[in-house]
Amino acid sequence: MSQGASQPIGGRVPLVDGPEKVSGRAKYTADLIEPDALVGRIYRSPYAHAEILEVDVSEAEKLPGVKAVVTGADCARTFGVLPIARSEHALARDKVRYKGEPVAAVAAVDAATAERAIRLIKMRVRELPAYFTAAAALSADAVPLHANKPGNIERDVAFELGNVEAGFAEADLVREATYNCPEVCQNQMEMHAAVARYDRVRDRITVHASTQVPYYVHLMLAEILDMDMSRIRVLKPFVGGGFGCRTECLNVELITALLARKVGGAVRTVISREETFITHRGRPETDIRLKIGLRKDGRITAVDCSCVQRGGAHSGYGVVTILYAGSMLYAIYDLNNVKYVGQRVLTNTPPCGAFRGHGTVDVRFAFESLLDQLAGELGLDPLAVRRANYLVAPTFTANDLMVMSYGLPACVDWVERASGWGQRKANLPAGKGLGFACSHYISGASKPVNWTGEPHATVKLKLDFDGSIVLLTGAADIGQGSSTVLVQTVAEVLGLDLGRVRIVSGDSDVVPKDNGSYSSRVTFIVGNAAIDAANKLKAVLITAAARRLDAEPGDIECLGELYRAGAQDRGLSFEEVVAEALKDGGTITVTGTYSTLPQSHGGKKYRGAAIGGTMGYSYSAQVVEVSVDADTGQVTVDKVWVAHDCGKALNRLSVEGQVQGSVWMGMGQAMSEETGYYDGLLLTANMLDYRVPTIQDSPPIEVGIVESNDPHGPFGAKEAGEGSLAAFLPALTNAIADATGLRLNDLPVTPDRLYAALGRRARPAGGNGRHHNGAA
Amino acid sequence: MARMIELTLNGRRRVDAVADGLLLLDYLREQTGLTGTKTGCDGGECGACTVLIDDQPRLSCLTLAASMSGRRVDTVEALGDGGALSAVQRGFHEKLGSQCGYCTPGFIMAGAGLLRRNPTPTEPEIRAALGSNICRCTGYVKIIEAIAFAAQLLADGVAKP
Repeated sequence: MSQGASQPIGGRVPLVDGPEKVSGRAKYTADLIEPDALVGRIYRSPYAHAEILEVDVSEAEKLPGVKAVVTGADCARTFGVLPIARSEHALARDKVRYKGEPVAAVAAVDAATAERAIRLIKMRVRELPAYFTAAAALSADAVPLHANKPGNIERDVAFELGNVEAGFAEADLVREATYNCPEVCQNQMEMHAAVARYDRVRDRITVHASTQVPYYVHLMLAEILDMDMSRIRVLKPFVGGGFGCRTECLNVELITALLARKVGGAVRTVISREETFITHRGRPETDIRLKIGLRKDGRITAVDCSCVQRGGAHSGYGVVTILYAGSMLYAIYDLNNVKYVGQRVLTNTPPCGAFRGHGTVDVRFAFESLLDQLAGELGLDPLAVRRANYLVAPTFTANDLMVMSYGLPACVDWVERASGWGQRKANLPAGKGLGFACSHYISGASKPVNWTGEPHATVKLKLDFDGSIVLLTGAADIGQGSSTVLVQTVAEVLGLDLGRVRIVSGDSDVVPKDNGSYSSRVTFIVGNAAIDAANKLKAVLITAAARRLDAEPGDIECLGELYRAGAQDRGLSFEEVVAEALKDGGTITVTGTYSTLPQSHGGKKYRGAAIGGTMGYSYSAQVVEVSVDADTGQVTVDKVWVAHDCGKALNRLSVEGQVQGSVWMGMGQAMSEETGYYDGLLLTANMLDYRVPTIQDSPPIEVGIVESNDPHGPFGAKEAGEGSLAAFLPALTNAIADATGLRLNDLPVTPDRLYAALGRRARPAGGNGRHHNGAA
Repeated sequence: MARMIELTLNGRRRVDAVADGLLLLDYLREQTGLTGTKTGCDGGECGACTVLIDDQPRLSCLTLAASMSGRRVDTVEALGDGGALSAVQRGFHEKLGSQCGYCTPGFIMAGAGLLRRNPTPTEPEIRAALGSNICRCTGYVKIIEAIAFAAQLLADGVAKP
């Protein structure tokens, strides 16, 4: 290709693995159907909280066709994503703590036999009192779920920075409100699956897993199987979405490996949609009490927030989630006086985890709702209130978070203009409303979960006789397009056509270790490592070109496929440069690395203050337009305008897709999604009762891309896949308040809930007229 | 117990013995090895398993394989021509109608079914035709664009359905 060929960065680049996905050739874990693989099935606890007296698998073991049965007796060690909170057994031992917790598993010749065997397993228990709400688990006489967690508190957090009392005294208006956000679930399209093959001759195991974090799976397999890590190989095939539920090793992966080792062969476990819901790792039910003080000039004077999360039966990421909920009050507005009290509670429900927007979404919903209410009562424009509280980058927040770029003002300006906010807001017809809100998110947690002293990301490039560049990375593409953006990055630095670069990922035998796809880290952290690798490769090629052209390396111009020493030089083709470079040592491999800066690691002003630290925050502003049918309580979202500051759009197509997907997922949480339990039994474990918006319910979402050019981001980029989720929730309820005068602080806003709220309020004659009389 | 079926699968005549209770979805994935058709739920909730039966989009998870004798079944693997992507496939690839890709074969088959009976659908017609398929990644915005783009490709005669 000549100079001026497609510019890889900043264009609209379809996914490099798109052709496989649209042709049916993409293989997901459940598609790895090997003729000799046995079928794995899991026996799950029918009890919410009980001491296990006996797990009787004798009848199951006798059933012809059953090749192995495993129970808690086969896994003495515990697992968990946080090294400080490994509380979970892959198969329960001693106790069960939620209905559906895995207790035993079978491998059999076919599904029917495996299912028959599951029905033959019997469990004898002594039942314990079970707690399905945070309040019940916190009651004084509650039995602890875990002996080392008295009071069923997984983690409590408390800090006050500045002087909150003085801040409220300075305010012209102080309001306090409570908010409830029910538990929601990622419900990614691919159900959880694992395929494991144990090689008894060599004592090695190979595990295919539908995971966002192959390295964490590797670590936990070694722990639970008590095997040396060098004997384990983890592969990540195509993954059908994650949204956070796969950011930790899941029990299905460990159970399948235990079965495979026991049978000495291959086992494939594909769990049902119901079991996928029960495996959970979603966003916890959160109760928030929030108090904000506002001056007439729009300045926020003080914030007092308390947050209780119903975390489920095991820690998972829980400690981190409750810390994010507090720390991420910051880094969006200039706040001086903030008090936060958080409680993460253990309950007899499936364990929660790190759902998209981890820890930030529910608190942001409360914050942006209350700010809108305060603005309304003071007669201020909600946009003006945000403008009165902007940060000025670069800066450190009061809790020591490093903000290097800040595109929120441009986001607010964009949605104001695009939505026609100023002209339309006060002139909408009856039953219509416009709502506004903002949100933000991290571009990768600055500190890895497992602190090893290694670089935070490593990327390798291989260049050989054929002139193709192979990018080797452990980064897990789960549909967010990370493979595409890394290929673009390398092509951009080298000035080459995308077609020269191929990517290999997802095989621990081949690729460098990567911490995985969580906290929106890949573009920023792995992207910077890819830039480093590409620069190193470029240096190798320039050195070779200089030698061949008898010039100094500093004089070599690299014009993509042409390397030359000055404008008069005919130069060398890429193939000629590669041939010269290979003479030094054959196949060229270079390693690029990246580590976050220590000053981005958060502070020490309270225990856990490192959580929230990142190299760059994304920002989002949204305007939502709704129509409310007062006769039915039905809300229709007519249109969403969203502006997202992603630093620099490396792939505009992907950025739009990520932002639209985030907004829409926020819409699901705001309008229809919630789990429900009866006596600890999950009632909503299917996609009809767990109501996900269909294409018929989903609005046009117009995306404005704001580029604040972060000084440390790869080409200036920050994250694009999470930060726009949270703002939808309050923008929706603010729009409903605009349309009806009713402020709904409990989600989701289902028609029955809104209808009941409308009914509670005396409706003026004439139906759904516009109301501007504040909170209901 | 089992019965013989004779069907046309992706344009090829095929004779198979299928167990009485075997779902078309499991027949496709496990008996013929065509894993492009996906299992996304416990039955009839998500549309990921959509295939065309005599050109009509149908859920293969709610269809017995034994009932397919004499029928024409097309899966995502049947689309495209000589290695080139079909119009709907191009739409999903080039317009990013597919992110994780897991719901994609179902959407593509529902979209292909729509364009076979209505090559110039309006946006409401696109929404109606895809109303029983769930996608968790895209928010559907780019899926609508993908189908509209495919219809344009067909109208321009540059891709096959």
